[in-house]
Amino acid sequence: MTAADTTAAGKPVADLPPAPAIWCSGLRKRYGRQQAVADVSLEVQRGDVVGLLGPNGAGKTTVIKMLLGLVRPDAGEAMLLGRPASEPATRVRVGYLPELFRYQPWLSAAEVLALHARLSGVDVSDRDQREKLALVGLAERAGDRVGGFSKGMQQRLGLAVALVAGPELVILDEPTSALDPVGRVDVRDIVLALKANGVAVLLNSHLIGEVERVCDRVVILDRGRVAASGTLAELLGARELRLHLTDVSPEAEARLAATGAVERTGEWFIVALPAHDDGTAVPDLVRDLVGQGARVHAVEPARISLEERLLGILRAGEVERGNQ
Amino acid sequence: MTAARTVLTIAALTLREAFRRRVVIALVALTVVLLLLSGWGFSRLAAEQGTDTLTSGQARLTASIMLNLVMFGFSLIAALGTAFLAGPTLSGETESGIALALLARPIRRSAFLLGKWLGLVAFGSGFIVLAGLAQCIVVRLAVDYWPPRPSVALAHLAAQTIVLLTLAVLLSTAVSPMASGVVAVGLFGATWIAGVVGAIGRSLDNEAVARVGSISRMILPTDGLWRGAMHAFQDASAVVEFGGGSEGEAFPFLSAAPLTTTYLLWAAVWVLMIWALAAGSFVRKDL
Repeated sequence: MTAADTTAAGKPVADLPPAPAIWCSGLRKRYGRQQAVADVSLEVQRGDVVGLLGPNGAGKTTVIKMLLGLVRPDAGEAMLLGRPASEPATRVRVGYLPELFRYQPWLSAAEVLALHARLSGVDVSDRDQREKLALVGLAERAGDRVGGFSKGMQQRLGLAVALVAGPELVILDEPTSALDPVGRVDVRDIVLALKANGVAVLLNSHLIGEVERVCDRVVILDRGRVAASGTLAELLGARELRLHLTDVSPEAEARLAATGAVERTGEWFIVALPAHDDGTAVPDLVRDLVGQGARVHAVEPARISLEERLLGILRAGEVERGNQ
Repeated sequence: MTAARTVLTIAALTLREAFRRRVVIALVALTVVLLLLSGWGFSRLAAEQGTDTLTSGQARLTASIMLNLVMFGFSLIAALGTAFLAGPTLSGETESGIALALLARPIRRSAFLLGKWLGLVAFGSGFIVLAGLAQCIVVRLAVDYWPPRPSVALAHLAAQTIVLLTLAVLLSTAVSPMASGVVAVGLFGATWIAGVVGAIGRSLDNEAVARVGSISRMILPTDGLWRGAMHAFQDASAVVEFGGGSEGEAFPFLSAAPLTTTYLLWAAVWVLMIWALAAGSFVRKDL
C-alpha cells in the first residue's frame, strides 16, 4: 500500500463529522429498590448547549454521574467525545461542575485550580489559570483559603475548575444554585461564550428561564426516562401573534389568513405564525395591514413558555400512569 | 495523565492536608509532651541508679520496660493519628463531594487510592520513626541506654502503623469517616489485649488461651509487629532478668522472641490483600 493509498483511504474517515460530544443509550441505574434511571438515551452534538430538565428525583444527576464514570450504570452504554465514558482518559477534555460542589477547604483557590490542571494531564499555564479565576470573578481571592469562601464563591470556583483544562465538553449540574442574580447572568454569559467557541455544554438547571435563554435543545426527564426532547422550537410549537385592529377591510382579513390560522374575538385577532420564521413575518404583516387601511392598536407576540410546556409534559405523564 | 503522576500528586496532596489541617502541629505537641515526661521519668531512674540500689542488669531491664512503655504511647498516637486521618481524607471527601470533582478528572480510582495510601504511609511512618528516634536519644541522654537494634525496632513500628492505616483505608471505602476511625482503633486495642491474653496463656501453658494471641496476630498483625519492635528496643538480657521466659512473655511491655521472617512476609501479604480489597471496594463505589 502506498502513502497515497493510505491518504486516500483515510480521507473518507477524516471527512466524517466528529463524534457527538455525548452519546448514551439505554442507561439504567437502581439504588436498592429505587429505580433512579429507567431508560435514558440522549445525544449532545459538538458545540450544542443542551438543557436537562425534570422534577426532583427524575434522575438527572444520576445520568450525569454515569456519563462521568462516577456511578456505574446497571445497563446501557455511554460515549463522551467519541470514546467510552468508562475510560478515565476520555475525560481529558471534559469539565464538570457537580451539584454538590465542595473543594479542599485547606487549599487556596489558585491551589485548587492548579491541582485540577495537573490532574487533567493538560498543560495549563499559570496565566491561563489566573484568567479562569478572573473569568468567574475570583481574581482578587486567588490566594485565599477556600474554607473561608461563601457558597456562591465556591460555586464560582467550581465553574473555573470545570473550565481550567480547555474542555470540549462541559457538564454543569445546577451551576447557579448558590449564585445571586449577577452571578446567574455571569454564568449565562460564560455558557454563551463556550457555545461561541464550539464547546458543547450539558446544563442541568431548575431555572427554566436560564435554560430557555441559552440552550439549543432540551431533554426532559421524568421518573428516570426521557419524557420529551428536541429543539426549543420543536418543543414549544408554533408561535402566535395577538393583534388589536379596527377598520379591517376584506383585503386585510385575507392578508391575515394568508399568514396562518386566524381566530377572531371582537377587535382582537390571534394569528398563528409560521414555525420557521426568519424574523420578517411580523413586520411584513403589520406593514401590509397598515397599507390596506387597517388601524393597528396593539401587536403582542405570544408564545407558550418552556415552563408551561414542561408542566404539561409532566402532568400528561402522571395522567398516563394513573390510567395504567 | 500517567498513573505515577496521579499517585504522586495525590500523595503530596494528602501530606499537605495533614500539615494544613494542623494534624502535624497536634502530633508534634503531643510528642514533645511525651518526650519531656519520659525524659523526666528516665532522669529520676538515673537518680535512683546513682544511689546504687539497682544492679546494672536491673537498670537495663527498667530502661527497656520504660522505653517499651513510652514507645507504646507513641505507637498509640500514630495509630490514632493515621486511623482518624484516613477516614476524613477518603470517605470524608466522598461524603462531602470533594471527591466528585477530583474523580471526574482523567484519573484511575486505584491510582487515586494508592496516592492517598502512600501519603498516609509517608505521614504515619515519618512520624513514628522521628518520634521514636527522638525518644531513643532522650533515653540515651538520661540513662545512657541505647536499644540493641533501633532501626529494626523503628521499622517494625512503622510497619505496624502501615498495617493499621491500610485497615482504616479499607474501612473508609465502606463506612463513614468516624466509624472507620473508631473501628480501626478499636480493633488495634482489641488485638493488643488479645496478644497480652495469649502471652498469659503461654506462660500458664494453656494452649487454648495462648491460641487467642496467635490467631489475633494473624488476623491483624499490629500486635505481632509491636512485639517485634519491643524485642528490638529491649536489652538482650531483659527477659532473663525479669524472671525467665514464661514470666517475661506474660509481661505486656517485654517481648520473648524476635519476629520470624515468615511472620514479616505474612504482614506484607496482609497489607497487600487489604489494600487490594480497599481498591476493589473503592473502584466499584457509586459516588
